[in-house]
Amino acid sequence: MTAEEVIRIKNLYVSLAGTPVLEDINLTVYQGDFLGIIGPNGGGKSTLLRSILGLVKPDKGEISIAGGSVEKNHTLIGYVPQYAVFDRSFPIKVRDVVLMGRLAKRRGRFYSRQDYEQMERCLELVEMQELRNRPIGDLSGGERQRVLVARALVADPIILLLDEPTASVDSHFQATFYELLERLSKTMTIVLVSHDITAISTYVSTIACLNRTLHYQHNKELTVEMIEHGYNCPVELIAHGIPHRVLHAHDGVVG
Amino acid sequence: MEFLQYEFIRNALMVGFLVSIACGVVGTYVVIKRIAFISGSISHTAYGGIGLGYYLGINPMVGATFFTLFSALAMGEVSHRMKDREDTVIGIMWAIGMALGVIFVKLSPGYTADLMSYLFGSILTVPHNELILVLILDIIILLTVGLFHDQFTMVAFDEEFAQVIGISTRFYNGLLLCLIALTVVVMIRAVGIILVIALLTIPPSIAGQYTRSMGSMMGLSILLGAVFTTGGLYLSYLFDLPSGATIILLAGTGFLLSLLLKNITGKIAQEKRWDM
Repeated sequence: MTAEEVIRIKNLYVSLAGTPVLEDINLTVYQGDFLGIIGPNGGGKSTLLRSILGLVKPDKGEISIAGGSVEKNHTLIGYVPQYAVFDRSFPIKVRDVVLMGRLAKRRGRFYSRQDYEQMERCLELVEMQELRNRPIGDLSGGERQRVLVARALVADPIILLLDEPTASVDSHFQATFYELLERLSKTMTIVLVSHDITAISTYVSTIACLNRTLHYQHNKELTVEMIEHGYNCPVELIAHGIPHRVLHAHDGVVG
Repeated sequence: MEFLQYEFIRNALMVGFLVSIACGVVGTYVVIKRIAFISGSISHTAYGGIGLGYYLGINPMVGATFFTLFSALAMGEVSHRMKDREDTVIGIMWAIGMALGVIFVKLSPGYTADLMSYLFGSILTVPHNELILVLILDIIILLTVGLFHDQFTMVAFDEEFAQVIGISTRFYNGLLLCLIALTVVVMIRAVGIILVIALLTIPPSIAGQYTRSMGSMMGLSILLGAVFTTGGLYLSYLFDLPSGATIILLAGTGFLLSLLLKNITGKIAQEKRWDM
Protein backbone atom coordinates (compact mmCIF):
# COMPACT_ATOMS: atom_id res chain seq x y z
CA MET A 1 0.00 0.00 0.00
CA THR A 2 2.95 2.35 0.55
CA ALA A 3 2.93 3.49 -3.04
CA GLU A 4 -0.47 4.99 -2.64
CA GLU A 5 0.11 6.82 0.61
CA VAL A 6 0.56 10.47 -0.21
CA ILE A 7 0.49 11.87 3.31
CA ARG A 8 1.29 9.88 6.40
CA ILE A 9 1.23 11.44 9.84
CA LYS A 10 2.32 9.44 12.87
CA ASN A 11 1.93 10.49 16.51
CA LEU A 12 2.18 14.16 15.71
CA TYR A 13 2.33 16.68 18.55
CA VAL A 14 2.48 20.40 17.85
CA SER A 15 2.38 23.31 20.25
CA LEU A 16 2.37 27.00 19.52
CA ALA A 17 4.03 29.31 22.03
CA GLY A 18 3.93 26.54 24.62
CA THR A 19 0.24 25.71 24.20
CA PRO A 20 -0.50 22.26 22.84
CA VAL A 21 -2.51 22.63 19.65
CA LEU A 22 -2.32 19.15 18.17
CA GLU A 23 -2.00 15.93 20.17
CA ASP A 24 -1.23 12.47 18.93
CA ILE A 25 -2.46 12.99 15.39
CA ASN A 26 -2.43 9.92 13.16
CA LEU A 27 -3.61 10.30 9.62
CA THR A 28 -2.98 8.56 6.34
CA VAL A 29 -4.18 10.12 3.13
CA TYR A 30 -4.24 7.88 0.07
CA GLN A 31 -3.87 8.87 -3.52
CA GLY A 32 -7.17 10.12 -4.89
CA ASP A 33 -8.70 10.88 -1.51
CA PHE A 34 -10.88 13.95 -1.18
CA LEU A 35 -10.63 14.55 2.53
CA GLY A 36 -12.47 17.25 4.43
CA ILE A 37 -11.16 18.07 7.87
CA ILE A 38 -13.76 19.80 9.99
CA GLY A 39 -13.55 21.20 13.45
CA PRO A 40 -14.14 24.38 15.40
CA ASN A 41 -12.07 27.52 14.96
CA GLY A 42 -8.97 27.18 17.09
CA GLY A 43 -9.18 23.39 16.88
CA GLY A 44 -5.80 23.20 15.15
CA LYS A 45 -6.89 22.82 11.53
CA SER A 46 -4.62 25.47 10.09
CA THR A 47 -1.75 24.28 12.30
CA LEU A 48 -2.14 20.77 10.91
CA LEU A 49 -1.94 22.11 7.37
CA ARG A 50 1.01 24.31 8.25
CA SER A 51 2.82 21.30 9.74
CA ILE A 52 2.26 19.33 6.56
CA LEU A 53 3.69 22.25 4.58
CA GLY A 54 6.73 22.50 6.80
CA LEU A 55 5.84 25.98 8.05
CA VAL A 56 5.48 24.77 11.65
CA LYS A 57 7.98 22.52 13.41
CA PRO A 58 6.32 19.65 15.28
CA ASP A 59 7.36 18.86 18.86
CA LYS A 60 7.14 15.16 18.24
CA GLY A 61 6.00 12.76 15.58
CA GLU A 62 6.54 12.19 11.91
CA ILE A 63 5.06 13.52 8.72
CA SER A 64 5.94 12.02 5.39
CA ILE A 65 4.80 13.16 1.98
CA ALA A 66 4.85 10.63 -0.85
CA GLY A 67 7.25 8.53 1.21
CA GLY A 68 9.75 11.37 1.77
CA SER A 69 10.33 14.01 4.39
CA VAL A 70 8.43 17.29 4.47
CA GLU A 71 11.62 19.24 3.70
CA LYS A 72 12.21 17.15 0.62
CA ASN A 73 8.70 16.71 -0.71
CA HIS A 74 6.63 19.69 0.43
CA THR A 75 6.84 21.06 -3.09
CA LEU A 76 4.60 18.20 -4.22
CA ILE A 77 1.82 20.04 -2.43
CA GLY A 78 -0.18 22.81 -3.98
CA TYR A 79 -1.27 25.15 -1.22
CA VAL A 80 -4.30 27.42 -1.28
CA PRO A 81 -4.11 29.69 1.76
CA GLN A 82 -7.00 30.90 3.78
CA TYR A 83 -8.68 33.80 2.05
CA ALA A 84 -6.00 36.34 2.67
CA VAL A 85 -6.90 39.98 2.63
CA PHE A 86 -4.34 40.92 0.03
CA ASP A 87 -3.59 44.52 -0.38
CA ARG A 88 -6.24 45.43 -2.93
CA SER A 89 -4.01 48.03 -4.45
CA PHE A 90 -1.14 45.59 -5.04
CA PRO A 91 -0.25 46.26 -8.66
CA ILE A 92 -0.27 42.74 -10.08
CA LYS A 93 -2.29 40.99 -12.74
CA VAL A 94 -4.06 37.67 -12.36
CA ARG A 95 -1.70 35.94 -14.78
CA ASP A 96 1.36 37.12 -12.88
CA VAL A 97 -0.09 35.83 -9.62
CA VAL A 98 -0.55 32.41 -11.21
CA LEU A 99 2.95 32.46 -12.72
CA MET A 100 4.37 33.00 -9.24
CA GLY A 101 3.49 29.40 -8.51
CA ARG A 102 6.25 28.36 -10.90
CA LEU A 103 8.90 30.76 -9.66
CA ALA A 104 10.73 28.19 -7.54
CA LYS A 105 10.93 25.80 -10.50
CA ARG A 106 12.00 28.45 -12.95
CA ARG A 107 15.49 28.29 -14.40
CA GLY A 108 17.09 31.61 -15.11
CA ARG A 109 15.65 35.05 -15.03
CA PHE A 110 12.56 34.63 -17.16
CA TYR A 111 9.57 32.33 -17.32
CA SER A 112 9.75 29.84 -20.16
CA ARG A 113 7.13 29.17 -22.79
CA GLN A 114 6.21 26.07 -20.86
CA ASP A 115 5.60 28.19 -17.75
CA TYR A 116 3.24 30.41 -19.73
CA GLU A 117 1.41 27.46 -21.27
CA GLN A 118 0.99 25.90 -17.85
CA MET A 119 -0.36 29.21 -16.52
CA GLU A 120 -2.91 29.40 -19.34
CA ARG A 121 -3.92 25.80 -18.81
CA CYS A 122 -4.48 26.27 -15.08
CA LEU A 123 -6.44 29.48 -15.57
CA GLU A 124 -8.63 27.59 -17.99
CA LEU A 125 -9.06 24.77 -15.50
CA VAL A 126 -10.46 27.17 -12.91
CA GLU A 127 -12.37 29.09 -15.61
CA MET A 128 -10.58 32.35 -15.01
CA GLN A 129 -8.78 32.69 -18.35
CA GLU A 130 -10.87 35.69 -19.37
CA LEU A 131 -9.75 37.64 -16.32
CA ARG A 132 -6.05 36.93 -16.85
CA ASN A 133 -5.09 40.55 -17.47
CA ARG A 134 -7.15 42.04 -14.67
CA PRO A 135 -5.46 43.39 -11.54
CA ILE A 136 -5.98 40.93 -8.71
CA GLY A 137 -7.56 43.65 -6.57
CA ASP A 138 -10.48 43.99 -9.02
CA LEU A 139 -11.65 40.42 -8.48
CA SER A 140 -14.40 39.26 -6.17
CA GLY A 141 -13.60 36.95 -3.29
CA GLY A 142 -14.75 33.89 -5.21
CA GLU A 143 -12.80 34.79 -8.33
CA ARG A 144 -9.69 35.42 -6.31
CA GLN A 145 -10.01 32.06 -4.62
CA ARG A 146 -10.06 30.40 -8.03
CA VAL A 147 -6.94 32.28 -9.04
CA LEU A 148 -5.22 31.03 -5.89
CA VAL A 149 -6.20 27.49 -6.84
CA ALA A 150 -4.67 28.04 -10.28
CA ARG A 151 -1.50 29.37 -8.62
CA ALA A 152 -1.33 26.19 -6.54
CA LEU A 153 -1.96 23.93 -9.56
CA VAL A 154 0.56 25.56 -11.84
CA ALA A 155 3.52 23.75 -10.27
CA ASP A 156 2.02 20.30 -11.00
CA PRO A 157 1.37 19.22 -7.42
CA ILE A 158 0.06 15.74 -6.57
CA ILE A 159 -1.83 17.00 -3.54
CA LEU A 160 -3.97 20.10 -3.19
CA LEU A 161 -4.22 21.53 0.31
CA LEU A 162 -6.86 24.16 0.99
CA ASP A 163 -7.36 26.15 4.17
CA GLU A 164 -10.94 27.38 4.65
CA PRO A 165 -11.30 27.98 0.91
CA THR A 166 -14.80 29.40 1.08
CA ALA A 167 -14.62 31.32 4.33
CA SER A 168 -15.28 34.67 2.72
CA VAL A 169 -17.01 33.67 -0.45
CA ASP A 170 -20.73 34.18 -1.01
CA SER A 171 -22.92 31.11 -1.14
CA HIS A 172 -23.42 31.21 -4.89
CA PHE A 173 -19.66 31.01 -5.39
CA GLN A 174 -19.35 28.35 -2.73
CA ALA A 175 -21.36 25.81 -4.68
CA THR A 176 -19.50 26.38 -7.95
CA PHE A 177 -16.21 26.38 -6.09
CA TYR A 178 -16.88 22.98 -4.56
CA GLU A 179 -17.92 21.70 -7.96
CA LEU A 180 -14.53 22.80 -9.26
CA LEU A 181 -12.80 20.90 -6.44
CA GLU A 182 -14.92 17.85 -7.16
CA ARG A 183 -13.73 17.93 -10.76
CA LEU A 184 -10.11 18.34 -9.70
CA SER A 185 -10.43 15.49 -7.23
CA LYS A 186 -10.78 13.05 -10.11
CA THR A 187 -7.14 13.57 -10.99
CA MET A 188 -5.48 14.48 -7.69
CA THR A 189 -5.58 14.13 -3.95
CA ILE A 190 -7.33 16.96 -2.14
CA VAL A 191 -7.30 17.80 1.54
CA LEU A 192 -9.37 20.72 2.68
CA VAL A 193 -10.00 22.22 6.03
CA SER A 194 -13.16 24.02 7.02
CA HIS A 195 -15.51 24.69 9.89
CA ASP A 196 -18.43 24.51 7.51
CA ILE A 197 -19.80 20.97 7.81
CA THR A 198 -22.79 21.34 5.51
CA ALA A 199 -20.82 22.65 2.59
CA ILE A 200 -18.05 20.11 2.97
CA SER A 201 -20.10 17.02 3.52
CA THR A 202 -21.88 17.34 0.19
CA TYR A 203 -18.69 17.13 -1.84
CA VAL A 204 -15.85 15.38 -0.04
CA SER A 205 -15.41 11.61 -0.03
CA THR A 206 -14.09 11.25 3.52
CA ILE A 207 -14.38 13.38 6.62
CA ALA A 208 -12.10 13.78 9.59
CA CYS A 209 -12.89 15.76 12.68
CA LEU A 210 -10.20 17.78 14.42
CA ASN A 211 -10.30 19.42 17.80
CA ARG A 212 -6.77 19.08 19.11
CA THR A 213 -7.07 15.33 18.53
CA LEU A 214 -8.24 13.77 15.29
CA HIS A 215 -11.11 11.38 14.61
CA TYR A 216 -10.85 9.65 11.27
CA GLN A 217 -12.04 6.31 9.95
CA HIS A 218 -11.39 6.89 6.27
CA ASN A 219 -15.05 7.11 5.43
CA LYS A 220 -17.68 9.75 5.12
CA GLU A 221 -19.74 8.82 8.11
CA LEU A 222 -20.16 11.72 10.43
CA THR A 223 -20.96 10.03 13.70
CA VAL A 224 -22.50 11.69 16.70
CA GLU A 225 -19.29 11.03 18.62
CA MET A 226 -17.22 12.77 16.00
CA ILE A 227 -19.32 15.87 16.10
CA GLU A 228 -19.51 15.94 19.85
CA HIS A 229 -15.77 15.47 19.93
CA GLY A 230 -15.22 18.17 17.39
CA TYR A 231 -17.61 20.79 18.53
CA ASN A 232 -18.42 20.10 22.14
CA CYS A 233 -22.00 21.09 21.54
CA PRO A 234 -25.37 19.37 21.62
CA VAL A 235 -25.96 17.31 18.54
CA GLU A 236 -29.51 18.51 17.91
CA LEU A 237 -28.16 21.72 16.52
CA ILE A 238 -26.35 19.86 13.80
CA ALA A 239 -29.12 17.38 13.19
CA HIS A 240 -31.23 20.31 12.02
CA GLY A 241 -28.60 21.09 9.48
CA ILE A 242 -27.53 24.35 11.07
CA PRO A 243 -24.19 23.80 12.71
CA HIS A 244 -23.60 26.75 14.97
CA ARG A 245 -20.45 27.94 13.30
CA VAL A 246 -22.01 28.05 9.89
CA LEU A 247 -24.51 30.73 10.70
CA HIS A 248 -22.30 33.70 10.22
CA ALA A 249 -20.92 33.31 6.77
CA HIS A 250 -18.96 36.49 6.21
CA ASP A 251 -21.02 37.91 3.37
CA GLY A 252 -19.93 41.45 4.05
CA VAL A 253 -16.35 40.95 3.00
CA VAL A 254 -17.08 40.07 -0.58
CA GLY A 255 -18.12 42.70 -2.97
CA MET B 1 17.29 79.76 -17.96
CA GLU B 2 19.93 81.49 -15.91
CA PHE B 3 19.28 78.83 -13.28
CA LEU B 4 21.06 76.25 -15.42
CA GLN B 5 24.25 78.18 -16.11
CA TYR B 6 25.91 77.25 -12.82
CA GLU B 7 27.82 74.01 -12.73
CA PHE B 8 26.75 73.22 -9.16
CA ILE B 9 23.13 73.47 -10.24
CA ARG B 10 23.67 71.10 -13.15
CA ASN B 11 25.45 68.78 -10.74
CA ALA B 12 22.57 69.00 -8.33
CA LEU B 13 20.05 68.21 -11.06
CA MET B 14 22.12 65.17 -11.98
CA VAL B 15 22.12 63.97 -8.37
CA GLY B 16 18.38 64.61 -8.21
CA PHE B 17 17.83 62.48 -11.26
CA LEU B 18 19.99 59.62 -9.97
CA VAL B 19 18.21 59.79 -6.64
CA SER B 20 14.83 59.63 -8.39
CA ILE B 21 15.77 56.40 -10.12
CA ALA B 22 16.79 54.66 -6.90
CA CYS B 23 13.78 56.03 -5.02
CA GLY B 24 11.27 55.16 -7.68
CA VAL B 25 12.42 51.57 -8.01
CA VAL B 26 13.15 50.69 -4.40
CA GLY B 27 10.41 52.94 -2.99
CA THR B 28 7.86 50.95 -4.97
CA TYR B 29 8.79 47.82 -3.02
CA VAL B 30 8.77 49.78 0.23
CA VAL B 31 5.23 50.98 -0.43
CA ILE B 32 3.69 47.73 -1.66
CA LYS B 33 5.43 45.69 1.03
CA ARG B 34 4.48 48.27 3.68
CA ILE B 35 7.92 48.51 5.20
CA ALA B 36 8.15 52.28 5.51
CA PHE B 37 8.91 51.99 9.22
CA ILE B 38 11.85 49.66 8.83
CA SER B 39 13.10 51.81 5.93
CA GLY B 40 12.90 54.95 8.05
CA SER B 41 14.78 53.12 10.72
CA ILE B 42 17.53 52.05 8.33
CA SER B 43 17.91 55.62 7.12
CA HIS B 44 18.33 56.99 10.63
CA THR B 45 21.00 54.46 11.52
CA ALA B 46 22.99 55.94 8.64
CA TYR B 47 23.87 58.69 11.08
CA GLY B 48 25.91 56.16 13.04
CA GLY B 49 27.88 55.45 9.86
CA ILE B 50 28.47 59.13 9.18
CA GLY B 51 29.74 59.58 12.73
CA LEU B 52 31.96 56.55 12.32
CA GLY B 53 33.31 57.99 9.08
CA TYR B 54 34.28 61.22 10.84
CA TYR B 55 35.80 59.32 13.73
CA LEU B 56 37.93 57.11 11.47
CA GLY B 57 38.80 60.00 9.22
CA ILE B 58 37.30 58.41 6.11
CA ASN B 59 34.59 59.81 3.84
CA PRO B 60 31.39 59.84 5.93
CA MET B 61 29.43 58.59 2.91
CA VAL B 62 31.55 55.46 2.78
CA GLY B 63 31.03 54.99 6.51
CA ALA B 64 27.29 55.42 5.97
CA THR B 65 27.24 52.85 3.17
CA PHE B 66 28.73 50.09 5.29
CA PHE B 67 26.91 51.03 8.47
CA THR B 68 23.47 51.13 6.85
CA LEU B 69 24.11 47.83 5.06
CA PHE B 70 25.01 46.30 8.40
CA SER B 71 21.90 47.76 10.10
CA ALA B 72 19.72 46.54 7.25
CA LEU B 73 20.99 42.99 7.64
CA ALA B 74 20.58 43.15 11.42
CA MET B 75 17.02 44.40 11.05
CA GLY B 76 16.28 41.69 8.53
CA GLU B 77 17.36 39.09 11.07
CA VAL B 78 15.27 40.75 13.77
CA SER B 79 12.15 40.78 11.66
CA HIS B 80 12.80 37.16 10.69
CA ARG B 81 13.28 35.90 14.23
CA MET B 82 11.14 38.12 16.43
CA LYS B 83 7.87 38.44 14.56
CA ASP B 84 6.03 39.40 17.76
CA ARG B 85 8.22 42.31 18.82
CA GLU B 86 9.56 43.31 15.43
CA ASP B 87 8.48 46.93 15.44
CA THR B 88 9.71 47.60 18.98
CA VAL B 89 13.15 46.16 18.31
CA ILE B 90 13.44 48.00 15.01
CA GLY B 91 12.54 51.25 16.80
CA ILE B 92 15.23 50.59 19.39
CA MET B 93 17.85 49.94 16.71
CA TRP B 94 16.88 53.19 15.03
CA ALA B 95 17.66 55.12 18.21
CA ILE B 96 20.86 53.21 18.94
CA GLY B 97 22.18 53.90 15.44
CA MET B 98 21.64 57.63 15.87
CA ALA B 99 23.06 57.66 19.40
CA LEU B 100 26.22 55.97 18.15
CA GLY B 101 26.52 58.67 15.52
CA VAL B 102 26.27 61.42 18.11
CA ILE B 103 28.98 59.82 20.26
CA PHE B 104 31.31 59.20 17.30
CA VAL B 105 30.96 62.79 16.16
CA LYS B 106 31.69 64.07 19.66
CA LEU B 107 34.83 61.91 19.83
CA SER B 108 36.03 62.97 16.39
CA PRO B 109 38.88 65.40 16.16
CA GLY B 110 38.54 68.54 14.14
CA TYR B 111 35.77 70.40 12.41
CA THR B 112 32.40 68.69 11.84
CA ALA B 113 30.29 71.64 10.82
CA ASP B 114 28.71 70.09 7.72
CA LEU B 115 26.81 67.53 9.83
CA MET B 116 23.62 69.42 9.14
CA SER B 117 24.04 68.71 5.45
CA TYR B 118 23.84 64.98 6.15
CA LEU B 119 20.78 65.39 8.34
CA PHE B 120 18.82 67.67 6.05
CA GLY B 121 20.62 67.35 2.73
CA SER B 122 22.59 69.77 0.63
CA ILE B 123 22.16 68.77 -2.95
CA LEU B 124 23.98 71.92 -4.12
CA THR B 125 27.31 70.95 -2.61
CA VAL B 126 27.70 67.35 -3.76
CA PRO B 127 31.35 66.85 -4.70
CA HIS B 128 32.24 65.09 -7.91
CA ASN B 129 33.46 61.87 -6.28
CA GLU B 130 30.16 61.49 -4.45
CA LEU B 131 28.30 61.92 -7.70
CA ILE B 132 30.27 58.92 -8.93
CA LEU B 133 29.40 56.99 -5.75
CA VAL B 134 25.73 57.72 -6.28
CA LEU B 135 25.99 56.59 -9.89
CA ILE B 136 27.63 53.29 -8.91
CA LEU B 137 25.05 52.60 -6.21
CA ASP B 138 22.28 53.32 -8.72
CA ILE B 139 23.75 50.78 -11.10
CA ILE B 140 24.04 48.15 -8.35
CA ILE B 141 20.42 48.76 -7.35
CA LEU B 142 19.12 48.49 -10.91
CA LEU B 143 21.10 45.33 -11.63
CA THR B 144 19.89 43.61 -8.47
CA VAL B 145 16.29 44.54 -9.15
CA GLY B 146 16.69 43.39 -12.73
CA LEU B 147 17.83 39.99 -11.51
CA PHE B 148 15.39 39.41 -8.68
CA HIS B 149 12.32 41.50 -9.42
CA ASP B 150 9.99 38.47 -9.59
CA GLN B 151 11.27 37.09 -6.30
CA PHE B 152 10.93 40.45 -4.55
CA THR B 153 7.40 40.84 -5.87
CA MET B 154 6.38 37.38 -4.77
CA VAL B 155 7.78 37.78 -1.26
CA ALA B 156 5.99 41.12 -1.01
CA PHE B 157 2.72 39.72 -2.29
CA ASP B 158 2.47 36.50 -0.28
CA GLU B 159 5.41 35.63 1.90
CA GLU B 160 3.92 32.43 3.25
CA PHE B 161 3.22 31.00 -0.19
CA ALA B 162 6.73 31.92 -1.30
CA GLN B 163 8.06 29.92 1.61
CA VAL B 164 5.81 26.98 0.80
CA ILE B 165 7.05 26.66 -2.76
CA GLY B 166 10.65 26.91 -1.61
CA ILE B 167 11.67 30.55 -2.16
CA SER B 168 14.02 31.74 0.56
CA THR B 169 12.04 34.62 2.00
CA ARG B 170 14.82 35.32 4.49
CA PHE B 171 17.35 35.82 1.71
CA TYR B 172 15.15 38.04 -0.45
CA ASN B 173 13.89 40.09 2.47
CA GLY B 174 17.49 40.65 3.55
CA LEU B 175 18.56 41.55 0.03
CA LEU B 176 15.70 44.01 -0.36
CA LEU B 177 16.66 45.70 2.92
CA CYS B 178 20.23 46.00 1.61
CA LEU B 179 18.87 47.73 -1.49
CA ILE B 180 16.95 50.08 0.77
CA ALA B 181 20.18 50.78 2.66
CA LEU B 182 21.97 51.67 -0.59
CA THR B 183 19.06 53.83 -1.67
CA VAL B 184 19.21 55.68 1.62
CA VAL B 185 22.89 56.40 1.03
CA VAL B 186 22.11 57.66 -2.46
CA MET B 187 19.48 60.00 -1.02
CA ILE B 188 21.36 61.37 1.98
CA ARG B 189 23.06 64.16 0.02
CA ALA B 190 19.86 65.16 -1.69
CA VAL B 191 17.38 65.41 1.15
CA GLY B 192 19.22 64.24 4.25
CA ILE B 193 18.79 61.32 6.62
CA ILE B 194 15.74 62.72 8.36
CA LEU B 195 13.79 63.43 5.19
CA VAL B 196 14.76 60.32 3.22
CA ILE B 197 11.65 58.38 4.09
CA ALA B 198 9.35 60.98 2.56
CA LEU B 199 11.03 60.99 -0.83
CA LEU B 200 11.25 57.20 -0.74
CA THR B 201 7.52 56.73 -0.20
CA ILE B 202 5.73 59.74 -1.69
CA PRO B 203 6.42 59.18 -5.42
CA PRO B 204 5.44 55.47 -5.35
CA SER B 205 2.34 56.08 -3.27
CA ILE B 206 1.14 58.69 -5.75
CA ALA B 207 2.13 56.47 -8.66
CA GLY B 208 0.33 53.49 -7.12
CA GLN B 209 -2.98 55.31 -7.42
CA TYR B 210 -2.71 55.64 -11.16
CA THR B 211 -0.86 52.52 -12.28
CA ARG B 212 -1.75 48.85 -12.36
CA SER B 213 1.59 47.14 -12.77
CA MET B 214 4.85 47.22 -10.87
CA GLY B 215 6.79 48.39 -13.92
CA SER B 216 4.60 51.38 -14.61
CA MET B 217 4.47 52.20 -10.89
CA MET B 218 8.27 52.33 -10.84
CA GLY B 219 8.41 54.37 -14.05
CA LEU B 220 5.91 56.95 -12.85
CA SER B 221 7.66 57.11 -9.46
CA ILE B 222 10.96 57.93 -11.13
CA LEU B 223 9.28 60.64 -13.17
CA LEU B 224 7.57 62.12 -10.11
CA GLY B 225 10.81 61.94 -8.14
CA ALA B 226 12.58 63.86 -10.90
CA VAL B 227 9.81 66.47 -10.96
CA PHE B 228 9.97 66.90 -7.18
CA THR B 229 13.75 67.15 -6.97
CA THR B 230 14.06 69.48 -9.95
CA GLY B 231 11.06 71.56 -8.94
CA GLY B 232 12.17 71.68 -5.32
CA LEU B 233 15.63 72.73 -6.38
CA TYR B 234 14.23 75.53 -8.54
CA LEU B 235 11.91 76.78 -5.81
CA SER B 236 14.70 76.73 -3.25
CA TYR B 237 16.86 78.75 -5.64
CA LEU B 238 14.01 81.17 -6.34
CA PHE B 239 13.08 81.83 -2.70
CA ASP B 240 16.45 81.10 -1.13
CA LEU B 241 15.17 78.16 0.94
CA PRO B 242 17.00 74.99 2.08
CA SER B 243 16.87 72.58 -0.88
CA GLY B 244 16.18 69.28 0.94
CA ALA B 245 13.21 70.59 2.88
CA THR B 246 11.83 72.36 -0.20
CA ILE B 247 11.99 69.14 -2.22
CA ILE B 248 10.13 67.27 0.52
CA LEU B 249 7.47 69.95 0.91
CA LEU B 250 6.91 69.98 -2.83
CA ALA B 251 6.57 66.19 -2.79
CA GLY B 252 4.21 66.41 0.19
CA THR B 253 2.08 68.97 -1.64
CA GLY B 254 1.99 66.66 -4.65
CA PHE B 255 0.87 63.82 -2.41
CA LEU B 256 -1.97 65.85 -0.89
CA LEU B 257 -3.12 67.03 -4.31
CA SER B 258 -3.18 63.50 -5.64
CA LEU B 259 -5.21 62.34 -2.62
CA LEU B 260 -7.64 65.16 -3.22
CA LEU B 261 -7.87 64.37 -6.92
CA LYS B 262 -8.39 60.68 -6.20
CA ASN B 263 -11.14 61.56 -3.75
CA ILE B 264 -12.96 63.76 -6.24
CA THR B 265 -12.67 61.36 -9.16
CA GLY B 266 -13.66 58.51 -6.83
CA LYS B 267 -16.82 60.39 -5.83
CA ILE B 268 -17.68 61.14 -9.45
CA ALA B 269 -17.22 57.49 -10.38
CA GLN B 270 -19.42 56.50 -7.47
CA GLU B 271 -22.16 58.91 -8.49
CA LYS B 272 -22.05 57.52 -11.99
CA ARG B 273 -22.56 54.05 -10.56
CA TRP B 274 -25.51 55.26 -8.52
CA ASP B 275 -27.10 56.76 -11.62
CA MET B 276 -27.04 53.48 -13.49
